[in-house]
Amino acid sequence: MIELEHLSKTFAGKDSVHALRDVSLTVQKGEIYGVIGYSGAGKSTLIRCINLLERPDTGTVRVDGVELTSLSASALNRERRKIGMIFQQFNLFATRTVLDNVAYPLRFSGMSRKAIREKAEALLKYVELSDKRDAYPSQLSGGQKQRVAIARALACDPKVLLCDEATSALDPQTTASILQLIRRLNREMGITVVMITHQMQVVKEACHRVAVMENGRVVEEGDVFSIFAHPRQEITRTFVDSTTNLNKVEDLLEEGAEITRLKPGEMLVRLSYQRGSAAEAIVSTVSRNFGVDVNILLGSLELIEGALLGGLVVVFSGQRQGIESALNYFREKNVGVEVIADADPA
Amino acid sequence: MQTLLEQIFPNVMASPDKFWESVWATVVMTAWAGALMFVIGLCLGLLMVVLKPGGILACPLAYQVLDKAVNLIRSIPFVILIALLMYVTKAIMGTRIGIRGVIVPLVVGSAPFFSRQVEAALSDIPAGLIEAAKAMGSSPLGIIFRVYLKEGAAAIARGTTITLISLIGLTAMAGYVGAGGLGDYSITYGYNYNRMDIVWASVIAIVALVCLIQMIGTLVAKKNTH
Ligand SMILES: Nc1ncnc2c1ncn2[C@@H]1O[C@H](COP(=O)(O)OP(=O)(O)OP(=O)(O)O)[C@@H](O)[C@H]1O
Ligand SMILES: [Mg+2]
Repeated sequence: MIELEHLSKTFAGKDSVHALRDVSLTVQKGEIYGVIGYSGAGKSTLIRCINLLERPDTGTVRVDGVELTSLSASALNRERRKIGMIFQQFNLFATRTVLDNVAYPLRFSGMSRKAIREKAEALLKYVELSDKRDAYPSQLSGGQKQRVAIARALACDPKVLLCDEATSALDPQTTASILQLIRRLNREMGITVVMITHQMQVVKEACHRVAVMENGRVVEEGDVFSIFAHPRQEITRTFVDSTTNLNKVEDLLEEGAEITRLKPGEMLVRLSYQRGSAAEAIVSTVSRNFGVDVNILLGSLELIEGALLGGLVVVFSGQRQGIESALNYFREKNVGVEVIADADPA
Repeated sequence: MQTLLEQIFPNVMASPDKFWESVWATVVMTAWAGALMFVIGLCLGLLMVVLKPGGILACPLAYQVLDKAVNLIRSIPFVILIALLMYVTKAIMGTRIGIRGVIVPLVVGSAPFFSRQVEAALSDIPAGLIEAAKAMGSSPLGIIFRVYLKEGAAAIARGTTITLISLIGLTAMAGYVGAGGLGDYSITYGYNYNRMDIVWASVIAIVALVCLIQMIGTLVAKKNTH
């Protein structure tokens, strides 16, 4: 659906900035594609190149088979109507009502006033804001503003929706509801979504595939599950870690916290669930079959695309032999095992 | 009432026609020059915003020329502008005296100031709105009419108010070319004959005019703010 080939962009200035360095990526029809990276990585520049709000110095942009980089200004404007975009700052027109904001892209599109009004009302219904149609943007909350912006972006029946940090100005609950809306329009209307974010949580909740950007390059790309399960780059690992609390165990160890002081016969272990890990009650099975106590200190498990992902930090206590068998049992079930600390056998 | 006015403004009431004539001349000059100033200044201001580096029709060279020209004209005192423009006025209006003769200098003297007001008003519109409009496929002309002029309406109304009031100030000098008006009235009949009541009457008329403009401006600005 979206094919970016060898995009480069340098901002001239006192010290020129390489915002994009030879970026190529392909977004499939109907998927939600995430782009994550730290501030200044070039994410916004990348997404703005998709509808040519920013013109790349070199490279080509193709959306739905049309090479945008070779179009005339007016042809580009026509194509842009098929690419919706929403922003961190919502960018609603303050002097227009909610309904008029949604109707904005429809005016001068050949539709009658009545048809425009009906369509705008239907879109407001879709984003569950029918009751606010005559309000002005200044009377809306952040989440409501973003819903209006989404309705406006959908007005011309786009094939693609670009979201530049669409949830970064919102609280976690509102973020979740906006992400839910984006997933819904992706599912129900088949709209391909590109989503820029610096929050891994957003990627985890909404995206199918993700690219990680650093210094103007895409350093890692893949489906969300594999990125979470097997991050290859250091930066990806940092992002993945930001969504779990399992690393707290290192802090606890350093601080010498009470719960990490092992008594004889105990072992501190990190268990990681990966693709193919069994979703059954392994912990209680282990405890029953091998006669070891399993004390869960930290846990962060999540269902991503129907598979269990994350890990546990646990303390085993019992006979050395029992613990060894338990560890082997976990390995058999495709759960990663890492011994963090080991006290002397009892 | 009549006698009271005659007591307070004896010289004004001695020939009230002169007074009303002067008020009318000020109103006519302000209206004509104001209308032309509005159109020309709005166009110049819009041009500067869209031609600016980073604008929707960026053309840094054209912007530089415009920017410098506006600064240059603004730095010329109005009275000198009248003299400087005499042949231009004659060519455009057919005469360089009377109300017709002062309109051109009034417009040239106020439009650059107004164009700055417009430029400031439009520059305050968040860049994100322009981006959003672009992303929705609006053409530059569409952005000018549907975003800049609409979103900037309130600020433009405030700028218009300020410029019209300063324009009234300029019309006070129209007496130099025989265009009359309240400035001329208070100097010729008040100052020259030590008739304070004439000066006061002029002040009251000017203040009333300014208040009226201010009220309308505030109303329009309010109507366009949400
Ligand atoms: N118009 C511009 N002029 C000059 N430099 C720019 C411009 N836009 C972006 N940059 C620079 O390009 C680099 C990438 O910017 P970009 O906005 O794409 O980052 P980002 O990943 O979106 O960051 P953030 O998460 O803060 O939004 C930055 O170093 C930025 O300073
Ligand atoms: Mg950004």
